[in-house]
Amino acid sequence: MKFATSPVLELRLPTWRSRVVLALFCLAFVGLGARAVWLQSVNKDFLQQKGESRYSRVIEISANRGKITDRNGEVLAISTPVKSVWAIPGDAQPSSAQITRLAALLEVPPQDIRKKLGDTGRDFVYLKRQVPPEAAEKINELQLAGVFQSREYRRYYPAGEGMAHMLGFTGVDESGQEGIELAFQQQLAGKAGSRRVIKDRRGQIVEDMESIKAAQEGRNVTLALDAKIQSLAFAQLKAAIEQHKAKAGGIIVLDIRSGEVLALANMPTYNPNNRARLTGAQLRNRALTDSFEPGSTLKPFTIAIALETGKVRPETIIQTAPGTLTIGPATIRDAHAEGALTVEQVIQKSSNVGAAKIALSMSAESMAGMFANAGFGAMPQTGFPGEVSGRVRPFKTWRPIEQATMSYGHGISVSLIQLARSYSIFARDGELVPLSMTRVEGPVTAKPVISAQTARQVRHMLELAVQPGGTAPRAQIMGYRIGGKTGTAHKLENGAYAATKYVASFVGFAPVSDPRLVIAVMIDEPSAGQYYGGQVAAPVFANVMAGALRRLEIPQDAPMKPIELPADGQEVRESL
Amino acid sequence: MTRINFILLALLALCATGLVTSQHQARKLFTQLEKEQERARQLDIEWGQLQLEQSTWAMHGRVERVARQALHMGIPDPRRTQIVEPGAAAKAEQSAGAKP
Repeated sequence: MKFATSPVLELRLPTWRSRVVLALFCLAFVGLGARAVWLQSVNKDFLQQKGESRYSRVIEISANRGKITDRNGEVLAISTPVKSVWAIPGDAQPSSAQITRLAALLEVPPQDIRKKLGDTGRDFVYLKRQVPPEAAEKINELQLAGVFQSREYRRYYPAGEGMAHMLGFTGVDESGQEGIELAFQQQLAGKAGSRRVIKDRRGQIVEDMESIKAAQEGRNVTLALDAKIQSLAFAQLKAAIEQHKAKAGGIIVLDIRSGEVLALANMPTYNPNNRARLTGAQLRNRALTDSFEPGSTLKPFTIAIALETGKVRPETIIQTAPGTLTIGPATIRDAHAEGALTVEQVIQKSSNVGAAKIALSMSAESMAGMFANAGFGAMPQTGFPGEVSGRVRPFKTWRPIEQATMSYGHGISVSLIQLARSYSIFARDGELVPLSMTRVEGPVTAKPVISAQTARQVRHMLELAVQPGGTAPRAQIMGYRIGGKTGTAHKLENGAYAATKYVASFVGFAPVSDPRLVIAVMIDEPSAGQYYGGQVAAPVFANVMAGALRRLEIPQDAPMKPIELPADGQEVRESL
Repeated sequence: MTRINFILLALLALCATGLVTSQHQARKLFTQLEKEQERARQLDIEWGQLQLEQSTWAMHGRVERVARQALHMGIPDPRRTQIVEPGAAAKAEQSAGAKP
């Protein structure tokens, strides 16, 4: 049959049918148009977002914590990536052998891991944080289901226990908790940033879309510390503590030209890289946080203010016979009755009676003014956490006996760093230098306290004190002139002086012709027989000072003559 | 008219291909850049670890121990030390040179 003759062509359909079809088509197009409008304008944002989430990712930009270096750029604290190993208890079902192997790699008892993985109610549990990269690599090779690793940072302290108190440490989240780490937290901490990128199907980043937050690397901190002097100071302090069976001790080395702390060490100490068993005693940075009654190391201040106010001259005679001085119900004693002494000899022989007599000739106000100007009773402003101000009672409440005992360092408490700093007055021609833990560039402005002439006079007296006939001949160093003062004090316990517990100290400077360094040493409760500052603390001073002067290449100012030491038992004992 | 249209179409196709190619190239280069940056970070980490290692080996306590125990070194006795003043060497040379 031909198409033209097809009877279907003869059919006549009603017109409404074609109209209906046309209307339906129109409707369909309107529907499509509306849908297009809906998708492309009304619902656009949502869809774009969904689309982007298929290929764009926000990734974190990690920021390192800054390094801490010594003044010569030697690294003292540095962060390096380690792994933290964590698990989803519900997914992780390792065999017993696997647990044993894992526990060995993590260095934790297997029971701990079993217990942690047994807690199936939790979705996330740290098995161990701060795992060294090598161990993490081996754990990876075990291919345990449900056990994962993520990157974190760990702080390392190559100097170990020798600088523990100075540097402090950080917690697992890398925030400073002690020492410099805490004091300079703002500067050291890095701020992690983030950015949005496009990733392809292989997970490679193919395009940078935007930076959401710029990462900020932690800034480095350069300390004033000299690692060599610090290590020497710590070694000498440790040896002295062991030799004298002392309970604790501290040493500070100051550069008095800049006020920089070149070394600061305490005993007992701890290893900052392994803080598994820490006690409060180990953590204490005694040189800054503990105050003690300094004893005779404070006498030079009494003499200085007496010289300054014109009450005495270096050659003025003070009668100290019979070696005791009674004020009210109390009696001040000298270790040896000396008779008539010049002011110079009062320092040299460390006579309590002499110092007390000089003190009583002055007003309480001028003495209190001297102590305040020397920085006692006020925060040393090092910026270090936990520093103390010590205790000086208001002068209006001083009774004569208190004024007398304060003249030789009793009834007043100071921290070792205050003591070290206060000696800059004598070493710097009468100026109190501000302290700095970080390296100082350029000159510093120090506060004038006494006249340069008085400072020189006291310096001369302090030089006499370390020569034969003084209380600390063991502080001498071959080739340098040094000056310094010993201190030996009974310890205060429950408000009373303990009869057999002492604090031995020595503060000194060198070279006397042009002072550069001040070193303060404090030994707490030496209990091996010797307890005088001149026997216990002065040798530490001498060894550290000799090393530090050589290290800083400071020219000698004295002939290279062997040091004369008095025979045993012939030493001048200072008064307690 | 039709010819111009064809030429334009060909031109458009060419431009489009060029765009795609250059975009691809850009992404490849960017991937490479990312890789290099990642390598830089890794090297930085390694540098940190090496610094740490250097610091640990060069700790003064250890150096001193090795010097004293293994190498039998010590600080020279001050009595056997001669202090040379700055400029003294030059003077000594001069006086030595002046001698016939």
